[in-house]
Amino acid sequence: MRGATHARWAVCAVAVALTATACGGGGDSGGGGASGIVSASWGDPQNPLEPANTNEVQGGKVLDMLFRGLKRYDPKTGEAQDMLAEKIDTTDSTNFTITVKDGWTFSNGEAVTAKSFVDAWNYGADLRNNQRNAYFFGYIEGYDKIHPDSGEPTTKTLSGLKVTGERTFTVKLSQKFSTWPETLGYSAFAPLPQAFFSDHDSWLAKPVGNGPYAVDSYSRGSQMSLRKWDDYPGSDKAQNGGVDLKVYTDNNTAYTDLTAGNLDLVDDVPASQLKNVKADLGDRYINTPAGIIQTLAFPFYDDAWNGPNGEKLRTGLSRAINRQQITDTIFQKTRTPAKDWTSPVLGEDGGFSDTLCGDACDYNPTEAKKLVAEGGGIPGGSMRVSYNADTGSHKDWVDAVCNSINNALGNDRACVGNPIGTFADFRNQITQSKMPGPFRAGWQMDYPLIQNFLQPLYYTNASSNDGKWTNDEFDKLVDQANAESDTAKAVETFKQAEEVVRDQMAAIPLWYQNGSAGYSTRISNVKLNPFSVPVYDEIKVN
Amino acid sequence: MGRYVIRRLLQMIPVFFGATLLIFLMVNVMGDPIAGLCGQRQCDPATAAQLRKEFGLDKPVWQQYLTYMGHVFTGDFGTAFNGQPVTELMASAFPVTIRLTIVAICFEIIIGITLGVLTGLRRGRPIDTTILLLTLVVISVPTFVTGLLLQLLLGVEWGIIKPAVSPEAPFNELLIPGLVLASVSLAYVTRLTRTSIAENARSDYVRTAKAKGLPRRRVITRHLLRNSLIPVVTFIGTDIGALMGGAIVTERIFNIHGVGYQLYQGIVRQNTQTVVGFVTVLVLVFLLANLIVDLLYAVLDPRIRYA
Repeated sequence: MRGATHARWAVCAVAVALTATACGGGGDSGGGGASGIVSASWGDPQNPLEPANTNEVQGGKVLDMLFRGLKRYDPKTGEAQDMLAEKIDTTDSTNFTITVKDGWTFSNGEAVTAKSFVDAWNYGADLRNNQRNAYFFGYIEGYDKIHPDSGEPTTKTLSGLKVTGERTFTVKLSQKFSTWPETLGYSAFAPLPQAFFSDHDSWLAKPVGNGPYAVDSYSRGSQMSLRKWDDYPGSDKAQNGGVDLKVYTDNNTAYTDLTAGNLDLVDDVPASQLKNVKADLGDRYINTPAGIIQTLAFPFYDDAWNGPNGEKLRTGLSRAINRQQITDTIFQKTRTPAKDWTSPVLGEDGGFSDTLCGDACDYNPTEAKKLVAEGGGIPGGSMRVSYNADTGSHKDWVDAVCNSINNALGNDRACVGNPIGTFADFRNQITQSKMPGPFRAGWQMDYPLIQNFLQPLYYTNASSNDGKWTNDEFDKLVDQANAESDTAKAVETFKQAEEVVRDQMAAIPLWYQNGSAGYSTRISNVKLNPFSVPVYDEIKVN
Repeated sequence: MGRYVIRRLLQMIPVFFGATLLIFLMVNVMGDPIAGLCGQRQCDPATAAQLRKEFGLDKPVWQQYLTYMGHVFTGDFGTAFNGQPVTELMASAFPVTIRLTIVAICFEIIIGITLGVLTGLRRGRPIDTTILLLTLVVISVPTFVTGLLLQLLLGVEWGIIKPAVSPEAPFNELLIPGLVLASVSLAYVTRLTRTSIAENARSDYVRTAKAKGLPRRRVITRHLLRNSLIPVVTFIGTDIGALMGGAIVTERIFNIHGVGYQLYQGIVRQNTQTVVGFVTVLVLVFLLANLIVDLLYAVLDPRIRYA
């Protein structure tokens, strides 16, 4: 018994000691970090941090700091500009000769050569490496051998890639694709140092690239410290000493940390804070267009949605949605009502048009009612709009869209939301063609080309054609546009294809999404690029 | 005593298998996780098949479970989708959550029992009523409200603490999160101790002790408190498991990268390996904590004997 008493007092003593030291140790509060270092919010990347394996924003952020490819999208205009490419020549839109600029090295000193690119692309395309972005190499000849739809790959290299010199290599595509060089700014096309292949595990633990920053330390799942690489040969040298990326589970906490002065940059202001953001941050809040569009897609594999007058039904539904009201109230103007199927970041020259959708995207309840009736009415009298309920504020806007439709049609049970628990399950049901009605379809561009907003989404059997929409005329126009060597003409042809999408209302465009960010008084010159990623290298620490 | 412990340990085996199997099936019911890995587009079928093969998802569920359990016994808990071994995730997450739990338990013991004794001995006085009322408030307010409120007040308005805990999560940064996590249990501990003390204060052995002329302090600590602690110890013991697994809300609010964070991530990404691994360890912690509680009974109350 005596022993027990002692034990209890010991526990209490330890506890008291703990609290006491704990209270005494709380001295080091203060700003975001050492001088010249920017601390920014981050999310845990979903996949291993390899260029050809990263398909979401969080991993993309890091790659954008660590790597420079042949092309780079201008952070302001989104235009693809030569970065490591000295020149990319072609005469037939199929065979390209690429010359890499001299003087570029990785931060470990290794020179960036033609081989750095070819090896990296072969690695990315190889089925055995499980790279999520492998399909980016799908236009290169020999892709079907290294990445067959079934069975084992029979080769380790893409036959369309040939190193012809220290700094030159040739690419042969399997089809004409005139704007192909402009896709090369995507991070999947980044060069890789030999260390990536020879010691893969340690490369993953501390990635080495050729960008303006080098990784100082990386503890997976919680923090990555990037420091300015002083010998960076490019013109876009980092304007700050480095960036500390901190993983936040909840963007609300990151925002709270920013308002408390413990964090410099939050690049995803939570929807619930949009009301306070002006009061909290004033002009340190930015809200700029990004290459993201939200649409409602339809299950064309379901006969009910693919009827003879289906386009009237779908257009009617489009006209029943009061986009302006929803973007103003639910999104506090961080979304802009859609006027076409692309994004304003493309610019007029790139194929964006604010008149293309025209009446079909205009809210008009009477017309909507008429069109839906002409289209045979909503299949079964009631439709369910599916969305994944685990992230974002999808529930809010889906309910609002349904309300808008119900009010316009004067029928309380015309439309109702259908939440699906997780994103994975949502994607599963989509890929298995099990959607019971219209469903949420968001698209974030991979590269700022009108092609990227149309082909992957509406071309027959394309990778993101979730509704399985198919239209011969559209396919023909896209093929024609890809073969067109004059960019302006190609864009015009893509716009004609987009008109087919409009006439058939293959998907209802809802709104363009903006990128939002808030920052502390410690830093300035904060901008978001068209991919809604902060331009870290241009941030200045005051 | 030894026989009793062995029997209890043996009983854990079926519980362990049952729990892991249940979790395994539950995560599996959510469907194929691979589709969520390719963003807003269809994974190309070849890569999807390759990934399924790598994570063993191409086999029937029972076979997956058997393979998984086989690996667990060799210390291999599988790999998360981001390529990190689950054991690595555990090594980074559990120490943090254990620290958080220790802080929470300390609060429960120190504040909870003290207040309980105080109120139990002063039944019906103003201090008793005040504390009872306060505990009622704490119990009725959900944790995320207390958490967000304290975070806003102490972190943003007054700047006493940092709103988010750093990745290293040292004890001093975990004080407020620990208090938030402990708050509800703390109120229960107070009420439990109060009732128990109040009841035992009228018992024969306390009257005898008083009649013997023992000093009041000794009567309370040696006779009254020890006998009154049995239900409290039971509660705190089971609470250890609950706190470790139930810290998801608190960990989210204060951005603590502990077990709750990994579990949340695992569930959202439908990563069977992570979820089953972490839950398995939590089940073990729960079972062990319960065993220790049962053994503590014998220490606290000599009338209880195990054979």
